[in-house]
Amino acid sequence: MENQKDLFRKKRKNQTMILLVILALFFISSLLSNFNPVDGVKSVPKAVVWMASNLIPDAKAFQRLPKIAKQLSDTILLSVAVTVIAGIFAFGFSLYGSRTTRTNPTVSKCIRMVAAFFRNVPDVVWAMLFLFSFGQNMVTGFLALFFTTFGLLTRAFIETIDEVSSDCIETLEATGATFLQIVFQGIFPTSIEGIITWILYMIETNIRSSTLIGILTATGIGYQFDLYYKRLEFGSVGLVVILIVIVVVLIETISNQIRRAIL
Amino acid sequence: MALLEFKNVNKMYNGETRALNDVNFSVNRGEFVSIIGASGAGKSTLLRSVNRLIDVDTGEILFDGKEITKLNKKDLRSVRTQVGMIFQHYNLVNRLSVLENVLHGRLGQKSVFSGAIGKYTEDEKQEAFEILKLLGLAEQAYKRCDELSGGQKQRVGIARAIMQRPKLILCDEPIASLDPSSAKVIMDHLKEINQKMQITCLVNLHQVDVAKNYSERIIGVNAGRIVYDGSPENLTRQEIHRIYGSKTGDLITDMEEK
Repeated sequence: MENQKDLFRKKRKNQTMILLVILALFFISSLLSNFNPVDGVKSVPKAVVWMASNLIPDAKAFQRLPKIAKQLSDTILLSVAVTVIAGIFAFGFSLYGSRTTRTNPTVSKCIRMVAAFFRNVPDVVWAMLFLFSFGQNMVTGFLALFFTTFGLLTRAFIETIDEVSSDCIETLEATGATFLQIVFQGIFPTSIEGIITWILYMIETNIRSSTLIGILTATGIGYQFDLYYKRLEFGSVGLVVILIVIVVVLIETISNQIRRAIL
Repeated sequence: MALLEFKNVNKMYNGETRALNDVNFSVNRGEFVSIIGASGAGKSTLLRSVNRLIDVDTGEILFDGKEITKLNKKDLRSVRTQVGMIFQHYNLVNRLSVLENVLHGRLGQKSVFSGAIGKYTEDEKQEAFEILKLLGLAEQAYKRCDELSGGQKQRVGIARAIMQRPKLILCDEPIASLDPSSAKVIMDHLKEINQKMQITCLVNLHQVDVAKNYSERIIGVNAGRIVYDGSPENLTRQEIHRIYGSKTGDLITDMEEK
């Protein structure tokens, strides 16, 4: 009985402590960065009014619609292409990285480390790096997205394979099947659900990231946004933003439907 | 003539756990042999060392007159094609159809490429279908495996093993996850395969009564050592207790006999 009381008292004490720490962090960082929460909230109505009056697409913006649509579709297609290609590479490498299928523990460890490194460097940083060697073009954006996507998918596929495949590997090995046969007849069919889910997720993520990277590499919809924004043509900026939102929502809906259909 | 022979086979895990301790036994062609013993006694290790899913440390294992512990990859695969295996958890590829899972039994005997892309000949498909018919699964042939019940899944497992046209079938706790009636169906099928097709069966079992009813010979394993090797009739209660290392009255089988 006493113990139980103690347990709950201790839990309450912990929760209070956590709350206090969070509040303290908030106030200290606001103070240091001169951020005034009251001002921040106050400026919201003004911002909304500004957006409503400036970001409404005007006639000029709609004249540019074909150009914007072209750039937007470039961005989407690039994201899809990057994800699919990175996915194919990631599947190949994850076979040698997974505990259940690896041929050599050292190789497996190396693959995991490389994947972790690629994944943990943000795509924007990759883009900045590649800007030096490739300049402002599509290739830079492609590579930047490729590296993070490859890193993340390799890690995800390794986990998928580890989780689902050990039984079917043992079984097919017992029938005398070769490694390639086991991969395509056993591992691939059992982990396909996980693989498709991850690829769809990465396509969504990459469409968002590629918009940002486009600003750096002067390609795609990100560049159009940057251009209009710097020319203070806010009507066109508004149209770009609206289209991006529509596309993101659309892609999300489609990929949810694909997921439901195949799983 | 012996189809399978173990000579002084030893296996240690992590240098301390003895899974197999100087194991000697042989299985004749056409025999139905059960292996019983407590969990962790080494039954699974014993079974898996036959097709080298687990490599033993020392000793010889002869299959069909061939020493298999030192075979290279290619020869090992060819030995494995002659040994079917059935698992406690069925180990089917759930997203594929029943027929495809049965055809997996033939993978090792095909070229790497046509096996990888799953290209089977009409004859092979016909054969797989006949086997399914034999096991009463003809209607399920085109269903996905995750739509089947446990008993049906295990029958697919048996069909896959038969598809290999094996000389020997290894069964690792084939009925441990099944209800009593499905378990009987599975054991009856195994017995039928053994008698009609002359396929030798080596079966790991937890159920002593099942082992007694179905097998011609029983091998008892305790702590990696074979402590009983003889007919089901001679397997007395004392022997059972010796195999399981338990005191009289501590086993579920004691209750049935009261």
